[in-house]
Amino acid sequence: MDLSRRGFIKLTGAGLAVSSMGALGFGSAGTALAASVRPFKLTAATETRNTCTYCSVACGILIYSQGDRAKNVKSSVIHIEGDPDHPVNRGTLCPKGAGLLDIVRAPGRLTVPKYRAAGATEWKEVSWDFALDRIATLMKQDRDANFIAKNGAGTTVNRWNTTGMLAASAASNEAAYVTFKWARALGMVTFDNQARV
Amino acid sequence: MTNTWQDIKNANVVIVMGGNAAEAHPCGFKWVVEAKIENKAKLIVVDPRFTRTASVADVYAPIRPGTDIAFLSGLMRYLLTNDAIQHEYVRAYTNASLIVKDGFAFEDGLFSGYNEEKRSYDKSSWDYELDEQGYAKSDDTWQNPRCVINLLKSHVDRYTPEMVSRICGTPQDKYLEICKLIATTSAPDKALTSLFALGWTQHSVGAQNIRAMAMVQLLLGNIGVAGGGMNALRGHSNIQGLTDIGLLSASLPGYMNMPKDSEVTFDKYMETKLFKPLRPGQTSYWQNYRKFFVSFQKAMFGSAATAENNWAYDYLPKLDVDGYDILRAFEMMNNKQMNGYICQGFNPMQAFPDRGKIRRGLSNLKYLVVMDPLDTETANFWQDYGPQNPSKPTEIQTEVFQLPTTCFAEENGTLVNSARWLQWHWKAADAPGLAKTDLWIIAGLYNRMKAMYAKDGGAFPDALLNLTWTYADPHEPEPEEVAKEMNGRALADVNDPATGAPLLKAGQQLDAFAQLRDDGTTMSGCWIFAGSFTDKGNMTARRDATDPREAGIAPNWAWAWPANRRILYNRASANPEGKAWNPAKPVIEWNGSKWVGVDVPDYGPTVKPSDSVGPFIMNQEGQARLFARGLMNEGPFPEHYEPFESPSENVLHPKVKNNPAARVFASDKEHMGASADFPYVGTTYRLTEHFHYWTKHSLINAILQPEEFVEIGEALAKEKGIEQGGWVKVSSKRGQVICKAFVTKRIKPLMVDGKPTHVIGCPIHWGFTGVARKGYGANTLTPFVGDANTNTPEFKAFLLNIEKTSAPPAVDVAQGPRDAQGVPKSLTKVGSL
Repeated sequence: MDLSRRGFIKLTGAGLAVSSMGALGFGSAGTALAASVRPFKLTAATETRNTCTYCSVACGILIYSQGDRAKNVKSSVIHIEGDPDHPVNRGTLCPKGAGLLDIVRAPGRLTVPKYRAAGATEWKEVSWDFALDRIATLMKQDRDANFIAKNGAGTTVNRWNTTGMLAASAASNEAAYVTFKWARALGMVTFDNQARV
Repeated sequence: MTNTWQDIKNANVVIVMGGNAAEAHPCGFKWVVEAKIENKAKLIVVDPRFTRTASVADVYAPIRPGTDIAFLSGLMRYLLTNDAIQHEYVRAYTNASLIVKDGFAFEDGLFSGYNEEKRSYDKSSWDYELDEQGYAKSDDTWQNPRCVINLLKSHVDRYTPEMVSRICGTPQDKYLEICKLIATTSAPDKALTSLFALGWTQHSVGAQNIRAMAMVQLLLGNIGVAGGGMNALRGHSNIQGLTDIGLLSASLPGYMNMPKDSEVTFDKYMETKLFKPLRPGQTSYWQNYRKFFVSFQKAMFGSAATAENNWAYDYLPKLDVDGYDILRAFEMMNNKQMNGYICQGFNPMQAFPDRGKIRRGLSNLKYLVVMDPLDTETANFWQDYGPQNPSKPTEIQTEVFQLPTTCFAEENGTLVNSARWLQWHWKAADAPGLAKTDLWIIAGLYNRMKAMYAKDGGAFPDALLNLTWTYADPHEPEPEEVAKEMNGRALADVNDPATGAPLLKAGQQLDAFAQLRDDGTTMSGCWIFAGSFTDKGNMTARRDATDPREAGIAPNWAWAWPANRRILYNRASANPEGKAWNPAKPVIEWNGSKWVGVDVPDYGPTVKPSDSVGPFIMNQEGQARLFARGLMNEGPFPEHYEPFESPSENVLHPKVKNNPAARVFASDKEHMGASADFPYVGTTYRLTEHFHYWTKHSLINAILQPEEFVEIGEALAKEKGIEQGGWVKVSSKRGQVICKAFVTKRIKPLMVDGKPTHVIGCPIHWGFTGVARKGYGANTLTPFVGDANTNTPEFKAFLLNIEKTSAPPAVDVAQGPRDAQGVPKSLTKVGSL
């Protein structure tokens, strides 16, 4: 019987027939023990291919999450390990990557938009609509007041340099491209990303 | 990286200099170990500190931070004087034979054309002598003293082993041992690979550090071959992708340039981008720039970009300065020239130099928007966290928004790794709480602003109102839709210009950038990604790890730009006749009718070797440049300049101590320290247990490395009476950090120009948010000056002092912000410390 590690987990977790357990080398005592052991938690988990969020080796990872993606179920990550099929990392992870679960579930993860008014001493939780409406208003006010359509020589320059942006270094290309489109269409020039440092 | 991670195993010699791959890129570094075991490769490590990479090296040499160019120039001198260069490669594939204009000169630390007032060069003399047809003159016999190779020889002649050791503090015997080992790879069938990272970029001469090594690799014939190349080990999961897509002040997608004020019209813009070949019969692929640019404008503005309006050229902003890089942005904030700032997954409070200046800058803003999965120092800059972040919130008038975003596990999309692979990743879980994707947030701001401009008007709304936004759900574009948009498609039927045969149907996704047109019939958001998402499907989602001949290519795993090519310049892996230099590890070879091999040719697939088309097809010469022409700001050859804060004089040219073309703001000059007050050399770095300022939020990593420290050698500890684990005050002209000292054998004093020089190592990872103990962050200390080309800050070499001190009071180390009375809120709760 040729079973991969993951295949073995699935089989045993699914409550394999006693005869097969025997074939795997479990005696009767082992069978009783196997029956009493809680099913391995990854058996029912959904396995998803992803890449490590840290450095640019871009190690392949397998993320195990609970929840079957049904409409009324909120899925959550319960385990992350290296992808053994990935040609670069071949299943291994470093001290950072091996701790990925703790960053996904970090106590410092943000869950609600917050706002701090001018001179305020505390954060206040706000709705997305409040935050985005207010940001869009502030941006438009600043842009309309400081946009440079033509320079001193009369050249059309359509430049806005009083609001700037630092773009993410771990966001996807797709997020980056949409960010680029929006920022440049506004004429934003004070625009950089982590590659600068 | 020019090559792949796995390809490192093909190297005969590996040099890690300007990086610490074993700790910063551990799973990539395994391929170095593979090379050592399977290919009997030798590992060289040059680093101020005996790192874990050094611990498995065959040869380790220490070096004073900021002196790499002296080391590498000496290495070039060694190769040239000992005739350890790959002659045929250098002659055919580099510009060694080309003749430089008479006006070009180098004297007392300055190249010809320097303007002291502007701190910049008139580069017109940094070029070739041209013939009547506009081609560069050449002398293949190298008899002409103005040949690049002869000018290079005379330029590096000053870097004798004695001089290298005097500047770098590297013992001469170690240095010469390394030169000798590297010289072995000048054999056509031997390869050296260079692995580097921020240890080279974060200097006022960062770009020239890398250029110097690239020149070494060219002299040795190691670019384009298996196991060779210049391999930048990039730091963040998609820092390569953001660079590729042009999210940098002076960039457009696919390494195109933002228009400048001087480029008043589209034609004027294109004038500097004609890239006429400088040698007969050369490809000079950037000649296609217009096709890339017009297709990009069509992607941005759709039907609003027409031939009549010059493809909406005026919709793009123009730059009045070289770039609004991060240093300029924070200088502007300090001068109250900026009102708003958006930090998308970026934490400048910890990541940028001179934290005090960063904090003062943010305090001057009217509004700050932080999008992040984590609670960052930047979002909380206005809160009083005690000495680690002193602040009076009531005096700061900045409105601050903290927007929760998803992380990698909660979204689909591509990231570009160091080896230029676009790898699709899949969503594994829902976002916590109300966190949203960046796509949703940016779309939310776009839709709101578009509606406001459509209704109320305002400054130049045309570009925003005409921006293409044809996503099925305009409130949250699907990553697949955006990936297809970057790849590009035909907007009309496209026919072969020569034969008239149909090539593409309207609406068809592009298969390759060769299909791009400059007449508005194609669109592509990022031309180098063309081929990544075709009508055959999402190439970046491919997961076939098959690797013919185990060459380290794995061509069907994901997709690499450009054109799924895994080794750049791979035409140079074969000799001019088309045979592999290394018959045991061919990449591509000429089979009599076409180029075949394990990789996609970086060359015309049927261009005959006898056509003498150079392998460096992006360059106008078809050759790699030992002489950079005007492409670098401080000179066409690298030259040793001291860091802006340095304990040593520039012994080569005392009057020109630092990079003469680096930009220094007046206010920052006052914040540069002198070695009389700050006698030790500081350098910053990362620990293997932490990733920047993120993992202090991850419990396991916070447990592994819980608190801020500096690393000092035993000799300095003894001199200053500092004990292992004792408290120290580390200061620069810009600020101070109170933390523990780790006394180590890994850092030893270097003898620099006869003086012992101590180095203090400053790991960067701490701050005042997260689950690790509260810290200041090493960038409290670092100087606000950058590289002359990139303005990447000089984090790797600056001046410090260090004194023994006593443990800080509990109130200073208590977690969390303080209340109005200055008491940490965590202490006002009973029993909490």
